[in-house]
Amino acid sequence: MEFTDKHVQGLKDLLYKMADDLLIIGHRNSEWTGLGPVLEEDIAFSSMAQDKVGQSLALYEILHQLGESDPDTVAFTRNAPQFHCSQLVELPIGEYDFSLVRHFFFDHADAIRFDMLATTVVEPLQMVAKKFRGEIKYHTMHADIWMKQLGESEEAKMRIQSTINEVFPYALGMFEPSEFEAELQEAGIFDGEFALREKWLNKVVPLLESYGYSVPNAETIIPEFGGRKGQHTEHLQPLLDEMTEVFAIDPGADW
Amino acid sequence: MTEKIKSILESVMDPEIPTLSIVDLGIVTGIISETEGQAHIKLTPTFSGCPALKIMETMVHDKLIEEGYTDVKVHTSFDVQWNSNLISEKGLAALKKHGLAPPPKHDGYIELDVLSDTPCPLCDSRNTTMSTPFGPTLCRSMHYCNNCKNAFEGFKPVS
Repeated sequence: MEFTDKHVQGLKDLLYKMADDLLIIGHRNSEWTGLGPVLEEDIAFSSMAQDKVGQSLALYEILHQLGESDPDTVAFTRNAPQFHCSQLVELPIGEYDFSLVRHFFFDHADAIRFDMLATTVVEPLQMVAKKFRGEIKYHTMHADIWMKQLGESEEAKMRIQSTINEVFPYALGMFEPSEFEAELQEAGIFDGEFALREKWLNKVVPLLESYGYSVPNAETIIPEFGGRKGQHTEHLQPLLDEMTEVFAIDPGADW
Repeated sequence: MTEKIKSILESVMDPEIPTLSIVDLGIVTGIISETEGQAHIKLTPTFSGCPALKIMETMVHDKLIEEGYTDVKVHTSFDVQWNSNLISEKGLAALKKHGLAPPPKHDGYIELDVLSDTPCPLCDSRNTTMSTPFGPTLCRSMHYCNNCKNAFEGFKPVS
């Protein structure tokens, strides 16, 4: 079908939120470089950071083809209110259990999101979605191994459980609906945040329960919305200031 | 004409694995050469975040110029999505020669047991343990051989 302006706007909104999520979680993951609790975890978070930033670039490229500014400009010259990432990804890395639980929730959502987008009518998005799926598989595998192992010791299990309770409202915030949900579905671009949320709950709840954790009731929790519409926590702007520090010294530099 | 270009590209090696050509790695997904001197090449990334990609684009470009092509274009596209089954038999042997366990062929489903069952490239024993699926580069995992007591790296299976 022929795309109307609303379809294109909805597509851009979708691409921005996915790309911004990936860029910001990528930056947060990279903060574990040199600080991981064991060498393997240091490398794991650094590798995932590299994947995420690479994936965000591929999505910013698609936005560029749709008439938006080039990826560097988009990534490095916007301020917090112009970012569409969920609040979940911008929160500081905290203690290791926080980063791990966030990683578990985020990557299972992203794995499902790109699985859904592997059949989108938007060809360039379909191609990258198929590519990302194979990469994200390693991320969910990593998160699952740790969540399972930590459920096997009492002390670790208590810590992870309290972090799950703390992170859950932010995790639900990932699925903040946009004003274009109907247009995206009608055009065959994306089945929407609600469908994604349902699939995600069907994945993460049984998994966590099988590891011995309990999961808060998603129907009674108030999600931390706002991120998709540019309302962020106080943690995003300092992250952006740090991320763009070198770029800002000489924005026109040829690298 | 494309066959000739392909044979030239067989001498362009992966910058991190000097025994493996980019053709055998399976990342050359398009060659167009319709006129004398024309070489338009399409590459696909092994991983979206692979930092070697830009280097490989430049290597391909420079090699073709050196071989006398005048209309050389190299670009990256996701229209063919790389997966580890695209590595040729010759490529799998080249990985092993470099000390990297080649990725097992897969049917699209990668689970943990696929990785933990990686034979040691040094002594061929299957009595190995995977230490971590994340290695020094995005495409490598780390393993330990319980037979010859060596740590080794594997080239990851990717779907």
